[in-house]
Amino acid sequence: MDQHKKSKLMKRAMDIRISGLKMVQKAHSGHIGGAFSMSEIMSVLYFDKMNIRPQEPDWEERDRFVLSKGHCTVALYPTLALRGFFEMERLDTFRRIDGHLSGHAEMRYVPGVDMSTGSLGQGFSAAVGMAVGAKLSGKELSVYAVMGDGEIQEGQIWEGCMYAGAHKLDNLIGIIDSNKVQLDGTVQEVLDTGDLKLKFESFGFFVQSIDGHDVEAIVEAIDRAKAEKGSPSMIIANTVKGKGISFMEGKSTWHGKTPDEEQFEAAFAELYQRAGELGD
Amino acid sequence: MSEKIATRHAYGESLAEIGDDPRIVALDTDVSTCTMSVIFGKKYPDRFFNCGIAEANMIGMAAGLSTFGYIPFVHAFAMFMAGRGYDQIRNSVCYPRLNVKCVGTHAGLSVGEDGATHQCVEDIALMRAIPGMTVICPADAKETKAATKAIAEYKGPVYLRLGRLAVDTVTDMEDYTFEIGKAVRLRQGEDITIIAVGLMAAEALKAADILEREGISARVLDMHTIKPLDEEEVLKAARETGGIVTAEEHNILGGLGSAVSEVVAGTCPVPIQRIGVQDTFGRSGNALELLKQYHLCAEDICLAVKKVLFPKDRYKI
Repeated sequence: MDQHKKSKLMKRAMDIRISGLKMVQKAHSGHIGGAFSMSEIMSVLYFDKMNIRPQEPDWEERDRFVLSKGHCTVALYPTLALRGFFEMERLDTFRRIDGHLSGHAEMRYVPGVDMSTGSLGQGFSAAVGMAVGAKLSGKELSVYAVMGDGEIQEGQIWEGCMYAGAHKLDNLIGIIDSNKVQLDGTVQEVLDTGDLKLKFESFGFFVQSIDGHDVEAIVEAIDRAKAEKGSPSMIIANTVKGKGISFMEGKSTWHGKTPDEEQFEAAFAELYQRAGELGD
Repeated sequence: MSEKIATRHAYGESLAEIGDDPRIVALDTDVSTCTMSVIFGKKYPDRFFNCGIAEANMIGMAAGLSTFGYIPFVHAFAMFMAGRGYDQIRNSVCYPRLNVKCVGTHAGLSVGEDGATHQCVEDIALMRAIPGMTVICPADAKETKAATKAIAEYKGPVYLRLGRLAVDTVTDMEDYTFEIGKAVRLRQGEDITIIAVGLMAAEALKAADILEREGISARVLDMHTIKPLDEEEVLKAARETGGIVTAEEHNILGGLGSAVSEVVAGTCPVPIQRIGVQDTFGRSGNALELLKQYHLCAEDICLAVKKVLFPKDRYKI
């Protein structure tokens, strides 16, 4: 990958974080940790890989995206706004009674959201259905679904995997945001999900394990997933919860907590510094 | 009365008939020979998806399919559709208002021998409580066919409740029409109104015959749509006949009886008696014997009518 594209995608990820943090500051609520761990994933999908038309959000031939970890709208909404699906000012209405940017992903009122999610485990099944729908209607498109590594404790995820594997849905690309931390503590402490690569492979998936903050690695993994015919893909993206803000990184306390003013100041300072280092 | 047919059988035939619409897809959970979606599956194998014994994933897949313009009909026993699938139906189908038809068969006690784990008597209550959900329970085969066509044309989420047991035809009149949300008046009457759903409509008609011999004129309504309820017809019944008995193969809490009471209480309070399962689980047994044991028969309806008409006798019975 050329350096220009790489730094552009890295910069976009920082833009997503900065806009996301502003949303949380304005709303006094929102999930920062799991949004910041998936910022590079969102940057690669929406600014490089996905075939979409922001001015025509319901374009039938578009690639689909399902945020199965539906609480991480702090990553999704800024991505959509930055990509041009709606105006940036709308982010100010996040979680507010006078706006339509609901706390969890909402498809009816937010252009660019392909599925309403929030009840964990459900989004992936919708993505499986979309992959079936695409094949049935002869559409050559990809369906992406991002799940949390805590979310996959839900049994419905594995029902979906069983179907996708058995029916060789090779237009389905699942991405696990494996930030190792869930609400109550680390995934290992709460309920160890074991060897994910082995698990997904046994369900018939083409599995790749990558550094989920390395935009180049994400691009390459998606390219390989799209080239893999005859089986669905699962990309285990190894990430850090709260990535980009040193005092939040890897801490379960920052799953859904709102920083105080001093913490916001420190967090913005760090994000702007990192963004500055990436250039324009 | 004509030959007895189970509503699930009529449904299966009807789904296959309307299957020439390429937007219709069917999903099942390894019970297609029971829900009768198998007829569609054989006719249109490319649009039939057996999801295995995994209701949650099936409902989610249907939500995804509907975003591609398809009209998914999902199938399971009522217990595992409305019960196990409640969260998926609420959050993946109704909240985004997707065009998915949830078909729950083998509802109520008349499942029979399989017993309480399979006898869903709460599904109407569960589905009715979800904002934007339409809840339909046809009385017989003819009505089921009409309902199947109507819900395919209607845009939005629907719960269709069907039974295992073969039932009599009660809507065999020439001027019969089916419209979602419009009750069917099966019999005219002035002294009381019996409002029934599903197989209880036939029992209501039998009760009206018995009552007629005793000089009581009972109106009978087939309330195939429990939500949105035909409030106008319910209030007309309250105003014109002064008393109501509801009859359903469902818990008396949260179902048709509750829906009717809610409307009547606020606008035209008249005495109401509710025939239904008395907030208890079912048990294994022959379907007809169960309906008798759990007081879901014409005689029970007659008794309830008398409780409404002769309140002084209420405590003697």
